[in-house]
Amino acid sequence: MIPEIGHIALILALGIALIQAFFPLAGAQLGITSWMRVARPAANLQMLFMLIAFGSLMYAFIDFDFSVKYVANHSNSKLPLLYRISAVWGGHEGSLLLWASILAVWGFAVSLFSRSIPDEMVARVLGVLGLVSIGFMSFTLLTSNPFERIPMQADGADLNPLLQDFGLAIHPPMLYMGYVGLVVPFAFAIAAMLGGRLDAAWARWSRPWTNIAWLFLTIGISLGSWWAYYELGWGGWWFWDPVENASFMPWLVATALMHSLAVTEKRGAFKAWTVLLAIFAFSLSLLGTFLVRSGVLTSVHAFASDPERGVFILAFLAIVVGGSLALFAARGRSIRSYVSFNLLSRESALLLNNVLLVVVTFMVLLGTVYPIIHNAFGWGNLSVGKPYFDLFFVILTVPLAIALGAGQLLRWKRDSVTNLFSKVRTALIISILAGVSAAALLMPKFSLSAALGIGIGVWIVCTTGKSIREQLASRSFAAIPRGFWGMTFGHIGVAFFAVGITLTSVYSIEKDIRLAPGESYELGGFNFAFDKVNEITGPNYSGSRGSITITRDGFETVLHPEKRTYFSSSMPMTEAGIDAGFTRDLFVALGEPLGDGAWAVRLYHKPFIRWIWLGTIIMALGGFLAATDKRYLRMASRARRQSRQTPVTAGATA
Amino acid sequence: MKSLRYLIPLLIFAALLALMLKGLGQDPKEVPSPLVGKPAPAFTAQQLHVPEKQFSASDLKGNVWMLNVWASWCFSCRAEHELVTRMAREHGITVVGLNYKDEPADAKAWLRQFGNPYVTSVMDQAGDIGIEYGVYGVPESFIIDKSGVIRRKVIGPINDSPDEKPQNSVEQLLAFMSKLETE
Amino acid sequence: MYRLAYQLPLLLLVLLSAPLYAVFETYTFETPEQERIYKKLTEELRCLVCQNQNIAGSNAELAQDLRKKAYEQVKQGKSENEVKTWMVDRYGDFVLYSPPVKGTTMFLWAGPLIFLLIAFVVLWRIGRARRKQTSETQPVDEHSLEQARHMLENKES
Repeated sequence: MIPEIGHIALILALGIALIQAFFPLAGAQLGITSWMRVARPAANLQMLFMLIAFGSLMYAFIDFDFSVKYVANHSNSKLPLLYRISAVWGGHEGSLLLWASILAVWGFAVSLFSRSIPDEMVARVLGVLGLVSIGFMSFTLLTSNPFERIPMQADGADLNPLLQDFGLAIHPPMLYMGYVGLVVPFAFAIAAMLGGRLDAAWARWSRPWTNIAWLFLTIGISLGSWWAYYELGWGGWWFWDPVENASFMPWLVATALMHSLAVTEKRGAFKAWTVLLAIFAFSLSLLGTFLVRSGVLTSVHAFASDPERGVFILAFLAIVVGGSLALFAARGRSIRSYVSFNLLSRESALLLNNVLLVVVTFMVLLGTVYPIIHNAFGWGNLSVGKPYFDLFFVILTVPLAIALGAGQLLRWKRDSVTNLFSKVRTALIISILAGVSAAALLMPKFSLSAALGIGIGVWIVCTTGKSIREQLASRSFAAIPRGFWGMTFGHIGVAFFAVGITLTSVYSIEKDIRLAPGESYELGGFNFAFDKVNEITGPNYSGSRGSITITRDGFETVLHPEKRTYFSSSMPMTEAGIDAGFTRDLFVALGEPLGDGAWAVRLYHKPFIRWIWLGTIIMALGGFLAATDKRYLRMASRARRQSRQTPVTAGATA
Repeated sequence: MKSLRYLIPLLIFAALLALMLKGLGQDPKEVPSPLVGKPAPAFTAQQLHVPEKQFSASDLKGNVWMLNVWASWCFSCRAEHELVTRMAREHGITVVGLNYKDEPADAKAWLRQFGNPYVTSVMDQAGDIGIEYGVYGVPESFIIDKSGVIRRKVIGPINDSPDEKPQNSVEQLLAFMSKLETE
Repeated sequence: MYRLAYQLPLLLLVLLSAPLYAVFETYTFETPEQERIYKKLTEELRCLVCQNQNIAGSNAELAQDLRKKAYEQVKQGKSENEVKTWMVDRYGDFVLYSPPVKGTTMFLWAGPLIFLLIAFVVLWRIGRARRKQTSETQPVDEHSLEQARHMLENKES
């Protein structure tokens, strides 16, 4: 019964989406207020129906309803509750339902928090959201229905054991909140082009939405990276897999978009750029959806690939992106800015920032789709992997990081070389000294890459410190806008990230050795002593659990790597033992038993690896601070006051 | 003229779209063989049914033949086995089996059950011969000409259905091999 | 669009098995340089039966076999390039995660630098247009105009 309710709710949601798309957009175009007013109630209703649909699927999972095909394929009678819930988005059909549900959530949020935005714009924004919803809901209903029934099964197939993990359970919702959230700035851009009005107010409305989508995307991607590190056991945290790239590209463009919006709001410049970036960011989200589900690229992350589904998504992509870019081609000229700024100014630094980020995005895109290009020309399949991406990523982001430091100290509109140099001189000297000396004295051996990485981190921190001092010179601490702290946190996050990835890639040590209980091994200055191995049993698995004691100068810890065999599959799974630390991770994993009680044991010493995710968390925090700047709350409360004081006139625009 | 620059993003996107569409018709996992057109790697190995005797690739110099990689644990091999048998029995094709990473007892039992079209089967328990030939999946087949040069690699099972991979169709392969005979 | 009958079950098996289970060998090396070369090779060679993994991270049998081949050759003193060439001779360029620089990959390797070049040309032209603009006529700074308008509107309400 419940799955049927869910199914019907989804169909009804599609119907509402059709209404939400047609009436507000037509109403805004023709000036019919009553039609425009349909937008908010429609978005609210859509939220309600998607909640019912999603809730029904979740209920089916929690209740072990193995007569629903999707549940039978991704669950099991012994699956713990937490994973029964996360299994909802563990497969293709459910994850699409999650996509559509999160889209409804964003629509609801826009409907709720847009009091200060004129009705015409809200109508258009929600209308565009409705259009996108139509695409996803019809795709789900027509090709990937999660509510499909089969004869009741005795038991389910089980959720992929890899997904039975907390980090991976929340990774998709976080990622989708970001991925899908980029539809809001996209919709704002479309609305602005349709309405023919693009000004600082428009930028001010778009910014918090962009920041929040960006911060979720940041969290989502870092969760995936962190999970890969502690779960997969190969010590890596990023593989440049096509699906990883598919999430990284929107992030890069969204970062550029955030910065571009700031300039458009503050100085009225970069209007055409900002609109294009907003379209580009969401297009990459949609492209990502296509890549993951169509089978054009090989990836460990891919859902069951299906070229027929791929055609559907491609058609949708063509309509949404093609349509918006066609609109841009038509309206681009009329929205461009006529604002002047000097060659050396904060505007030009931010322009450089945007350009570099876009170049990085194109590089990642090129590397990701090149196998398709190569094959299309009849040259067979090709692999483009980590060596390619790592090389160009470093080449392109080093100048970006340097520009970041200098850029935040440049004046708007016009600055001079002497002025800039006087501000950064100290930071420059400190960074170079710090980089070289830290790499030479604090690290096991000197490395130019390490010096560069540390130097860049210090450079960003010093220049950020200087910009804070500049703020404090002209106002009190309490008077500094939260948006500024958003910026500083964001940049400090980048510093930690840069230092983390550099040091861990240069100084990580990994050893695969044969060890028997009673034996020990020295790695990175730590002593790893193999104590014993026990047999263990869990709710849906059984296996072996090792005990390894790690010691060094008074420090001691015991790790318990495990090897589990889940009842549902014959393949064993490795759970690593990790001692996480601020300056290093110690990592132990069990391989095969080698006979005579000895085991193959994998040991890692990974310096500063936590700085990678610490950096991303700080960045995300920055996004949150920027999004909750008092200005936006003031905007909303002023709008509420205005609507209470003056009678609402039909079709009034701010 | 200047407004044409706003058309550029749309044009780039159109190109990307076309590429993706082409990509849908391709298989991103297929590994083309670099050995096509090169001499078949030499090997000498024990024969499955006659372990005292060895077989070398060079033994068949002067003949057009097919090296068919198979294993008893290989599910899809059963489907193509009928066609391989047809090729050997009805069309007189010389087929040598490369028994890949298999147990001799299982392999012999399999052939007993499904028939043995092979002139001989050679054992490759470690998979070393397979690696020399760039084998990465089972079944695969290599068509070798009279001078010992690999002329074609068939990736996946040989089929006779129009819905399956056309380059693996048994008719095509037979036609190809008879063309090689006339060289 | 032609699906290989043998690939699907293999694919499913691989999807469930590949990253789950850490199978690794405990090879020993005579010199640290050999160990470094071996590690680099296993990270840069692709596992041909996996859904995008290097042979270092895969437990597939073919990956194990190829690791063994790489180890044997490194022990014999072969260089990184020699081992890669050996692999490419048998499996083609697909086995390399760092694609070779040749005619067919020219656009891949030159691409990012071309993008950068285009970016700088665009930046330079914007800069030139702006300098020309400021030297010729000074159009009213839209932003200042808008700020003024905003201030007036606020004063009224």
